[in-house]
Amino acid sequence: MNTILHFVKKEFLQFKRDPKMFIIILFAPIVQLVFLGYAANMDVENVKTAIIDRNRTTESRLLIEKLEQSGYFSIEYYINDYKEAEKLIEKGKVICVLSFPVDFDTKLSRGESAQLQAIFDGSDGNTASIAAGYMIKLVAEHSQKIVLTARDKSGKALLIPATISAETRNWYNPTLKTRNFMVPAIVGLLLMIVTLILTSLAIVKEKEIGTMEQLIVTPIKPHQLIIGKLIPFTILGMVSVVVVLTAMRVIFNIPVRGSILLLFVSSFFYVLSLLGFGLFISTISKTQQQAMMLSIFVVMLPMTFLSGFSFPIENMPYFIQMVSYLIPLKYFIVIIRGIILKGVGIGILWDEILILFLMGITILYFSSKNFQKKIN
Amino acid sequence: MNNIIEILDLKKNYSSVEAVKGISLEIHKGEMFALVGPDGAGKTTTIRMLTGLISPDSGKLSLLGKNIKENKNFIQNKIGYLSQKFSLYGDLTIDENIEFFAHIHNIFDYSERRNELLEFTRLTPFRDRLADNLSGGMKQKLALACSLIHRPEILFLDEPTTGVDPVSRRDFWKILSGLIKDGITILMTTPYLDEAERCTRVALMNDGKIIALDTPAEIKKSIGKSILEVVCSPSRKAYKIIKESGDLEVQLFGDRLNIMIENRQENIDEIMNIFNQNEIKISGTRIITPTLENVFIHLINN
Repeated sequence: MNTILHFVKKEFLQFKRDPKMFIIILFAPIVQLVFLGYAANMDVENVKTAIIDRNRTTESRLLIEKLEQSGYFSIEYYINDYKEAEKLIEKGKVICVLSFPVDFDTKLSRGESAQLQAIFDGSDGNTASIAAGYMIKLVAEHSQKIVLTARDKSGKALLIPATISAETRNWYNPTLKTRNFMVPAIVGLLLMIVTLILTSLAIVKEKEIGTMEQLIVTPIKPHQLIIGKLIPFTILGMVSVVVVLTAMRVIFNIPVRGSILLLFVSSFFYVLSLLGFGLFISTISKTQQQAMMLSIFVVMLPMTFLSGFSFPIENMPYFIQMVSYLIPLKYFIVIIRGIILKGVGIGILWDEILILFLMGITILYFSSKNFQKKIN
Repeated sequence: MNNIIEILDLKKNYSSVEAVKGISLEIHKGEMFALVGPDGAGKTTTIRMLTGLISPDSGKLSLLGKNIKENKNFIQNKIGYLSQKFSLYGDLTIDENIEFFAHIHNIFDYSERRNELLEFTRLTPFRDRLADNLSGGMKQKLALACSLIHRPEILFLDEPTTGVDPVSRRDFWKILSGLIKDGITILMTTPYLDEAERCTRVALMNDGKIIALDTPAEIKKSIGKSILEVVCSPSRKAYKIIKESGDLEVQLFGDRLNIMIENRQENIDEIMNIFNQNEIKISGTRIITPTLENVFIHLINN
C-alpha cells in the first residue's frame, strides 16, 4: 500500500514539474465544451430562402411576413424565375425557394384553394425535411386564419369540417434544443479524451525513457505499479468531471436534474473502462507516438461514432448495432443524459450502470493481466 | 556460500537468433567481474537474465544461493541494477529520484544513506537540480546512487561507462573500487578491454559463448606467446605482407603492428627479413606481454 502511495506521489511530483500539461488537462475540456456545445447544433433555424413572387399583392406579402417572423426562415432573395432559383440553390446561397402563382390572391378571394410551390435543397436531407415540416405547419396556420377571416367578414357561418389537432409537448427539452441533448454527451467524450490518452501514454513513457527497466528489477509488484499509475489519472478524470459539469451549468445553463452522486459513481465506472483501454494500449505500444495513434484511431473514433453520440444507433445496420453494445460510451451517454436531462435515478438506469461497471472491471482486469514485469 | 552467482548452461533465443548459447559461470562474493565482448556477443542478454528482466529459455540461475524464479522478491531486494542508458526521471531532482527508488524498495529511513551516497558520488551540491539538467557523467553517478540506496549485495552494471567522458570514467571507477572494499559483488559488462583489466576476473564472450574465463593475468598468459610490437611505415602495407606470409598472426593498431611470436630470436629475424625485402621503414621494435585486446582478437580470429 505504502509503495503505491509513493508511486502516486512521484506521479504528482512529475505533474507539478509540468504545469502546462496540468493546465491543459484541466482547462482544455472547458474550451472543448464551449466549442462543441455551440458547434454541435443541429437545430434548423434561419433557413435561407428565396421568393419567386409572381403575385405581388398583400396576400402574398402577408404569408412571406409570417414566414420571416417565425424565425425559421430568413428571406434572402426575391427573384423572378426558376433559372435564378436553380443557380442560388446550386451555389448553396439558399436552401428553400418558395414560388407564388400569379393568381394567388384572386383564387383566395374567390374562396378557391391556391397552390404554392416550395422547393428544398435535399442534399442535406435532415435539414430539408425539418424545414419542409416548418413550412407546411406555417402555411397551414396561415390558411386556417384566411378561412376564419373570410367567415368573419361574410357574417354568416360557413361550413367548416371538424378537425382533430394534436398538441405535442416535448418533455425534458421543451424547446428541442440540440445543445441540451449534446452537451451532456460531450462530457462523456471529453472524459474519454483526457483519461484514455493520458493512461495510454503512462506506461509506454516509462518504457521510452528506460525507467521501466529499472522498475522491473526492483521488488515493486506489477499490481502496485499499475495501481500507482492509474490512481493519478482516476483523480484527474474525476476532477475534470467536476470542471466540465460546472462549466456546463455556468456556460450553457444546463442543470443536473438527477442525483449528482449517482452521476459521479457512474462516471467512475466509465473511467475504469477507459483506464483499462488506455492501459492495454500502453502495454502493447513501444513508443508514445504509437500509443497516441492507437488511442485515437482504434479506440476514440470508433467509440465516438458507435456510441450514439453523433448518429442514432437505431438507424445503424444490425451488425454495427451489435458492435455498439461493446462501447462503454454508449451506456455512459444514456446514463448521463438520463441523469442530467430527465433526472432519472438508479431505478431506471441500473442496467446501464451495472453493464458499465462490469465492463470497466473486465477491461481493466484483462489489461492488467497483459502487463508483465518483463521486457520484450 | 562463496559462489554468490551461479549460472549453469544458460540459453536464450530471440526468435531465430541464438543470443546466448549455453554459458556456465560462477562468481564469488566480493568479486569485480566483467563480461567482455563485442556488440552482439550476448553480454546484455546475460545480465538481463540475471536481473530477471527477461526469462531464460533453459539453464539454471541462482543468486545468493537461491533460484531466481522462486525467490524473486528476496533477490530483488538484494540486487542493484544500472541499465545501459542511465534511466532516471528527468523531471525529478536528484534527491527525489533517490527518494523514489528508496520508497519502492520499502526503505523509509533513507536520508542518512542518501547523504552518504551523495557525498560518495560528490553530487551533494547538486541535490536540488533536476536530473534532466545534469551532465552525462553526473547522471550516471546519480543512477548508480539510486541503484545503491537499498544496500544491495550484488550490483549489476550494463556497460556503465559507454558514452561517458574519460574524467567521469575515472571517477566512476574510483567509486566502484570503494564499493568493492565494502564487500559488494559487482558484475559488469563492458566493451572496453582496459576496464576489464581492472577486474578480478573476466569472461570473454563472443557469439553467445564464453571463450575465456580467468583473471586478466592468467588469460594473457594462456596465449603462451609474446608480442613483437613494430612501429613502421607504411604500416598497412606491412600488415598485409605479414598476413599473407602465412604462419604469423598479426594485428594492426594505427602505425603499430603487433605480431605474435613463439620463438623469439628466430621469429624476429624472419620478420625483419621480410620487412627489409619490402622496403618498409622500421622506427622501433619491442617485445611486449600480450594485452587483453591481443588475446581477445586472437581468440575471436581462431
